Amino acid sequence: MIQITFVEHGGTHHTIDIPEGMSLMQAAVNHNVPGIDADCGGSMTCGTCRVCVPLDAQPVTGERSSLEQQMLEFSGLDGSGVRLSCQLVARPEFNGLRLQIPESQV
Amino acid sequence: MTQNNRERVVVVGAGHGGGLTVAFLRQFGYAGEITLIGEETVLPYQRPPLSKAWLKGEVSQESLALRPPAFYVDQNIDLHLGVRAERIDVQARHVVLASGQEIPYDHLVLATGAHARTLPIPGVQLSNVMTLRTLVDAEHIRSALGPGKKLIIIGGGYVGLECAATARALGVEVTVLARAPRLLERVASEPVSAFLQRFHESKGVTFRLNAVIEAILGDTRAECVLLTDGTQLSCDAVLVGVGAIPTASMAQAIGLRCDDGIVVDADCRTSDPHIFAIGDVAKRPHPLYGRELRLESVPSCMEQAKRVAACITGREPAAAEVPWFWSDQYDLKLQIAGLPFEADETVVRGNPDEAKFAVFHLRAGHIVTVEAINAPPEFFAGKKLIGSGKTVAGDKLKDSTVPLTDLAA
Repeated sequence: MIQITFVEHGGTHHTIDIPEGMSLMQAAVNHNVPGIDADCGGSMTCGTCRVCVPLDAQPVTGERSSLEQQMLEFSGLDGSGVRLSCQLVARPEFNGLRLQIPESQV
Repeated sequence: MTQNNRERVVVVGAGHGGGLTVAFLRQFGYAGEITLIGEETVLPYQRPPLSKAWLKGEVSQESLALRPPAFYVDQNIDLHLGVRAERIDVQARHVVLASGQEIPYDHLVLATGAHARTLPIPGVQLSNVMTLRTLVDAEHIRSALGPGKKLIIIGGGYVGLECAATARALGVEVTVLARAPRLLERVASEPVSAFLQRFHESKGVTFRLNAVIEAILGDTRAECVLLTDGTQLSCDAVLVGVGAIPTASMAQAIGLRCDDGIVVDADCRTSDPHIFAIGDVAKRPHPLYGRELRLESVPSCMEQAKRVAACITGREPAAAEVPWFWSDQYDLKLQIAGLPFEADETVVRGNPDEAKFAVFHLRAGHIVTVEAINAPPEFFAGKKLIGSGKTVAGDKLKDSTVPLTDLAA
């Protein structure tokens, strides 16, 4: 199991054990983590599963795909750490990752 | 925020809206009892993939679930699945199930959805004439599809076109019959309709527009569709996708205000203050448009579920969202935001021949709708501009060399 911590905008932590291969969006939804709405269920259409990856963990989570990049261009959130959590699929190297959830997904 | 933990919420309808309502209630700290009642035998699931990835066999039923089975146990949600709620007793404040069991409520949420419209023609009862709303419907359709099979789809709306795309991928011969002169007549603009028709035709779909159907012919199974002009089209199966009717009979029976759906206020409250209605069944005044709208879409149903959960838990509800919709057909991603009321200008950005463009509809210089095909930046920029109400020059919007960031900043 891979341990991931989601941090709500207000600071509340949710630490979840995730099996390898599951998207972090799916894991957050399964555990009813507030702030990850995921309207489209992971079809990369809605942009409502955004998270911020801390700088030191960005080499582990990797680069955005071009479609993901396009999805995030007008998200109102800046910085290279913003990702769609549906595109982050749990790998052993993710263990211990802490992801910040933005105040709003709209 | 405090709740009396003996308070009870009952949700009737375990579809997308009902499933999300119970999830948001617990997210928002609701400590009372929650009961979820649904006629289908399965846990709340996502319906959009039924015409796409699920129908193609790319995803499992398990992956469609809105929440895994453990969620309902952990969050202490009392589930009644495969059970029909018969009626509501508003005086006693309880819901009566088909079994006779009475379930008391302090707040009742009606999330009963909509059911497929049928056609008033002979032959619709034949066993291979299908509609698509539920997983059971989708299983029925999947079993009818296969290489070389002939499928006739009646209706040129999203369900019809999504199923046409999936059926083509499965090697099915597809003919779409639509009564309107163009596809998606009520829900998309002419440039989008024309593009989609060309795209589907390039993938081998045959269209007959302005088609009026006389009857579906066959003994026990549909064998052909007869048009009023005498044309007979042979088939192995027929899919009818001609819209949905809100399932409001239980609300009507207790005299809740209904008019093509259950009429609710901005907080999704019906004319009975203890009863909310959300999702496909609810007709609600939209603050951005100043009129009552019944929107059949996942994002709208999610926003309403969140709103009701906020009302019940005494939270400040989030601001109204720009309504939006999506569809996937072949490798096309359609994203639409806003509604084109009283638009006076239409601008196309990008090139439909490259299957990558957006149609913007403006009213007095403000974007009111964006329809984006394989163009997520245009969709998100447009959605943002609809929400902000910022004035945009149509000629700049049309010019792909003017960056969207300059317009949406």
